[in-house]
Amino acid sequence: MKLALQNGWVVDPANDIDGRHDIFIDNGRITAMGTPPKDFVADREIDVNGLHVMPGIIDLSARLREPGEEYIATIASETVAAASGGITRMVYPPDTYPVIDTPAMARMIQDRADSIGSTKVHPLGALTVGLDGDKLTDMAMLMDAGCIGVSNASRPIQNTLVMRRAMQYASTYDLTVFLTPKDFWLAGNGCVHEGETSTRLGLPAIPEAAETVGVARDLALIETSGARAHFDLISCRRSLEMIDEAQQRGLPVTVGTSIHQLHLCEQDIKAFDTRYKVMPPLRTEHDREALVQGVAQGKITVICSDHQPHSVDAKLAPFSEAATGIAGLDSLLALTLRLVKSGKITLGCAISALTTNPAKVIGLDAGHLGIGAPADLCIYDPSHEWVLDEQSMVSRGRNSPFMNSTLTGKVLYTINGGKVVYNSLTNQTKP
Amino acid sequence: MIAPIDVLPLISQMSHDISRLNLSNPLFIGIHTGGVWIAEKIHQQLLPEGIDTHGSLGALDISFYRDDFMEVGINPEVGGSHLPHSIDDRNIVLIDDVLYSGRTIRAAMNEIFAYGRPATIKLAVLIDRGGKQLPIQADVIGCQLTLDNNQYAKLKNTDSGLQIDIVQSEEDQ
Amino acid sequence: MLPPDSQIQFDSEGRLKHFLTINGLPRETLINILDMAESFINFGQREIKKVPLLRGKTLVNLFFEPSTRTRTTFEIAGKRLSADVINLSAARMSTSKGETILDTVRTLEAMHTDLFVVRDSASGAPHLIASHLPSHVKVINAGDGRHAHPTQAMLDMFTIRQVKGQFENLKVAIIGDILHSRVARSQIHALKILNVAEIRIIGPRTLIPTEIESMGVTTTGDMRAGLEDIDVVMMLRIQRERMDGQLIPSEQEYFNRYGLTEEKLSYAKNDAIVLHPGPINRGLEISSSVADGSRSLILNQVTNGIAVRMSIMATLMGGNESKK
Repeated sequence: MKLALQNGWVVDPANDIDGRHDIFIDNGRITAMGTPPKDFVADREIDVNGLHVMPGIIDLSARLREPGEEYIATIASETVAAASGGITRMVYPPDTYPVIDTPAMARMIQDRADSIGSTKVHPLGALTVGLDGDKLTDMAMLMDAGCIGVSNASRPIQNTLVMRRAMQYASTYDLTVFLTPKDFWLAGNGCVHEGETSTRLGLPAIPEAAETVGVARDLALIETSGARAHFDLISCRRSLEMIDEAQQRGLPVTVGTSIHQLHLCEQDIKAFDTRYKVMPPLRTEHDREALVQGVAQGKITVICSDHQPHSVDAKLAPFSEAATGIAGLDSLLALTLRLVKSGKITLGCAISALTTNPAKVIGLDAGHLGIGAPADLCIYDPSHEWVLDEQSMVSRGRNSPFMNSTLTGKVLYTINGGKVVYNSLTNQTKP
Repeated sequence: MIAPIDVLPLISQMSHDISRLNLSNPLFIGIHTGGVWIAEKIHQQLLPEGIDTHGSLGALDISFYRDDFMEVGINPEVGGSHLPHSIDDRNIVLIDDVLYSGRTIRAAMNEIFAYGRPATIKLAVLIDRGGKQLPIQADVIGCQLTLDNNQYAKLKNTDSGLQIDIVQSEEDQ
Repeated sequence: MLPPDSQIQFDSEGRLKHFLTINGLPRETLINILDMAESFINFGQREIKKVPLLRGKTLVNLFFEPSTRTRTTFEIAGKRLSADVINLSAARMSTSKGETILDTVRTLEAMHTDLFVVRDSASGAPHLIASHLPSHVKVINAGDGRHAHPTQAMLDMFTIRQVKGQFENLKVAIIGDILHSRVARSQIHALKILNVAEIRIIGPRTLIPTEIESMGVTTTGDMRAGLEDIDVVMMLRIQRERMDGQLIPSEQEYFNRYGLTEEKLSYAKNDAIVLHPGPINRGLEISSSVADGSRSLILNQVTNGIAVRMSIMATLMGGNESKK
């Protein structure tokens, strides 16, 4: 299958490309840009005049609910949703039921995703068995089974010695450790940031220190264990400063955050609106601004969706009991472009944070459009306005605080491994 | 506009008529707000100071007994009801300014019975304007008027004393 | 100006529809409730202690958290207004599996309940319930988690006004476990809306939530400084089961510093009054001599609670049906 994408505006920050170029794809890879290779006869030509062509989005945190919670969503439903959002690869945290702590589980998930053929799914192996923070998993075998890193998901490992050994062991195989730092005791049963909103609404709170104490501990352990780590969901300005300081000293750590942390803060919760319940919690406006600035300055290199679909009932509960998380696959690109539009970050910075930077974190030669790279592309109309609503959302989860808001930037084609896996003109199917 | 009605002679006439009822140990209860003003005057005329030992003047605010509460709600500035400690076996003269549908009197009697069991209740009104919707008749009437459905008689307490206003209502009830 | 905790308390015509939180209510609404409560205050002395305002209406006391005192006063208030009162004390599952809190409420609503009085251990539960009921059904918050206890705050305001006559010049101290107290949050909102001169929060740092100053109060850990020149002393209940040695070291230490004794009360104005939402812990947050003393209004609060709750019910229920 030979594919030619003609007249598109190519944005590929990894290769410093920002201009009008034709792209030629053969055998699942990019074979040329600008002029076609010799004897290239396209099986299919797509005129993408007026559209942006970027590398496929690599989302470093997305829950798909399968196995274990198929009544909420499935690998089929969510990979199709991801493809319609321009996402070509997703990293799946290990807190499934059962947990991804065996090679069989890791393989099963990838096989399911491959059989659907929309978006590739890269599982994270559990750092400890059952995520219980007690015994190390068979990390080497998990790696062989396709896990691109290890993580204890959102469950903090309380025992510092276990944490240290887990890092040491992972570093033996150069496995990236995904960390969501949170001090178990300080976080307690909190459900919002400790601040003005928690005080006014009388909700159990999570202080900033729950994250910063976790960051401090993990940084100290990274420094002595030699592990490579990615902080995937940083929420506080102070955490960012601490990690930045560690990076200056040469520690192999990277930082990411979720798209909602860049748009929302604690005040948005207003009157117990459970759509805003996320973990880590929405922090102050001050923190939010620091995170956006961190992206602009390259201190935060990855933006993820932190996609967590839920059933309607799960959010129809008192705030402290409602499910945590936002369904974010559908809106990841448009909300990232909103930051660009507001002038806070450049387009190159935004695209890097969705593509080449996350590819580097998981050690894949992807997320860019260089010759020979996998032909994973996202083609979007940068000026197309659309409304995120029940109709337009493809994910099974409808839990989004951005519901009914107008977004700018709509994916028209997603190409994965040289195949068109999403075409907005023809793909009206929902699994 | 109907010519102003001189109120005081009417009240004196009412006092006279009430005295002819020969009630023993009467209790005069005015209904907020106009009825209270009239009750005070009648009480003054019939029971000059010094004689009242049992508590013979009371006031009723029937807001909580109105049958249109679910439609109109309550004015938060209800005056509150003030009755003597016991009304059991008393002869009550219930006094109001205007008798119209009879619903106010019904509500007032319900409220009176919430306080105890009187021996008798007589009704005295300044104006009987017609239009009753309940089988309620006044025993003592200051004057009778015939008003249209969209006209309202209202007793006012002005600097120059009590005064009856006949007002034209904008909306037909 | 704080963001509101609820945008659903008023209907489209601006009438109070639910009573979920004091925050965001206009001063006039609070004054009207207090004024109407005045006229309910002597009902207990009538031979028939009832008025027919809510005749034919069904009130469900839905208590997902145990409480005898508050539930009883709501029950009496409802009965004095002639409502049919049904008490339901239910445990509930705190997960989305099984019957949810909304399932329970919708079932009761399907039996034609007109007014729900809800208590729950989760902050925001009455707000959730109110926002998922048909518009003619009313909800009163009888205490939700740490969030609000607006009827308690209103009876406290009523009791203060009964003795002090006004609010504008008053200096008020609130003492104790503010962190876990829904009463304190509602009191602070009410006192702010009624324009008291000053509100001081007194307690150890472990019991004072962060950024409480954003609600317009000052804080101190010192009783002598905190009580100086104070007109109204509002005590909060210390819940013994919460005091596991991490929030306060011991009951002795707490009483030593914050227990309201005659001596500590003498730091306040000579005519300062003492309120407590009850039930009191003698010898922990208040000494018996103060609780039973002439400046304590604790029993007045209980009596006033019925009239104030009648007033709130009448305010919500009256004037909501179109004339037939």
